[in-house]
Amino acid sequence: MTPSSQTIVSLRNVVKTFASGTVALDRFNLDVRAGEFVSLLGPSGCGKSTALRIVAGLSAASAGTVEWPGAGKIGFVFQDPTLMPWADVAANVRLPLKLSHTDEAQSRAAVTRALERVGLTEFAQAFPRELSGGMRMRASIARALVTEPELLLMDEPFAALDEITRFRLNNDLLGVWQELRRTVIFVTHSVFESVFLSQRIMVMTPRPGRVFAEIPIGAPYPRDERFRTSADYAGFCRQVAEALGQAMAGAAA
Amino acid sequence: MNERALRIGLPILVLALVVLAWDGTVRAFAIPPYVLPGPGLVLATLIADGDLLWQSLLVTLTITFEGFLLAAVGGIVLAIAFNQWRPVEYSLYPYAVILQVTPIVAVAPLLLIYLPQPLAVLACAWIVAFFPVLANTTLGLNSVDHNLIALFELYNASRWQVLWNLKLPSALPQMLAGLRIAGGLSLIGAVVAEIAAGSAGAGSGLAYRIAESGYRLNIPRMFAALLLLSLAGVAIFFALSALSHLALRRWHESAIRRES
Repeated sequence: MTPSSQTIVSLRNVVKTFASGTVALDRFNLDVRAGEFVSLLGPSGCGKSTALRIVAGLSAASAGTVEWPGAGKIGFVFQDPTLMPWADVAANVRLPLKLSHTDEAQSRAAVTRALERVGLTEFAQAFPRELSGGMRMRASIARALVTEPELLLMDEPFAALDEITRFRLNNDLLGVWQELRRTVIFVTHSVFESVFLSQRIMVMTPRPGRVFAEIPIGAPYPRDERFRTSADYAGFCRQVAEALGQAMAGAAA
Repeated sequence: MNERALRIGLPILVLALVVLAWDGTVRAFAIPPYVLPGPGLVLATLIADGDLLWQSLLVTLTITFEGFLLAAVGGIVLAIAFNQWRPVEYSLYPYAVILQVTPIVAVAPLLLIYLPQPLAVLACAWIVAFFPVLANTTLGLNSVDHNLIALFELYNASRWQVLWNLKLPSALPQMLAGLRIAGGLSLIGAVVAEIAAGSAGAGSGLAYRIAESGYRLNIPRMFAALLLLSLAGVAIFFALSALSHLALRRWHESAIRRES
């Protein structure tokens, strides 16, 4: 078998109940294979971010099993860029390597490479507050990529950006993904974004969060502006939007 | 540029007006110097008694500086201890508050009984300056971005790494604000203790000179000493503000000029 069929992470009947009694996830199942681009799509409060944090190991499941048979290093991109404001872009990107005591020369090379990937080479010495929202998010992505993770987790990373910037970052993200062939789990509440990016979309129901439908997006890569305006794209969007509508109706929003 | 000129020029103008009015009043009503000396006389006294006052200023500033340093180190170390070990915070925080809310003027005479005089003055300077450093640093250490903490967790950062690379830099603005307050307060603490000690008949700091001059009705020297004391306070404030600005100028909103 090719390595791409190897399961990276697997969640079985995962339940997450918060101290407040809110059931964020109820019997949530997810299997992600190496090299896949999977989106979790759902409205705010459907537990998709919680699921992502459980996959990252940042949060423990209340019940059910979580296994990482193939996941080595994990990179995480938060909804906010979450940069250290006191450190310049290069130092922010270097952080994961610093924390793992990677030696100086090696980390410098890795930082340069990561910044190149996201197109921030010229801004290595800039401080986060001197950058635009889109550039901050690029820095955040560079930081997640710097350890060359097997699994990249992204929690609505572009939700706060304007549409033009979001489209550009979507394009660039797909470019990086195709080049590196890492696994990406992408959380979003945008039907259009999820269809453009993913090979597979898990549509979730809100309260409690559960997978309502799994929709493969069979369009070939590379996907670009032409795909974004194609009839195929519109068709997929309609299909996904309908599924999302049913998921919401079931939950009586 | 114009704005800047106004910011410097206006206070100087106010100062000039006040000094002129002061001088005019003293002259017009022929007020004797033991009631209110004119600004000229104060300046003359400042120069004539320069050596004496300068020595006293050095004594007070040394105590202030030592008190500030102890307060800074003590406050920051204790704040870190509070942050790292909750039981330490629960055990000690109430007493830090008590130390802070008990008026230092009332504590100083007691300290003077138990401690040698210079040590008692230092203790007063330390007590009043210590709390703002502790309180501000604690607030800063507890206000770290939750997502950044999650990020450090994700990369298996040790407790030490989180403290050193995340919590301390993140708390820096609050810590510096605390230090800025502490600088002025340690001067106040030193002065209060010196006055208290002065009435016990010991000491040679600037505050003691003020008390002594008061007893001797040497009002011009009182004014001169007071002037030096205010200037010292202003200098401390500006020095600490400059330090804060230097440390934060690249990244913290407080140190960056808003563009209009």
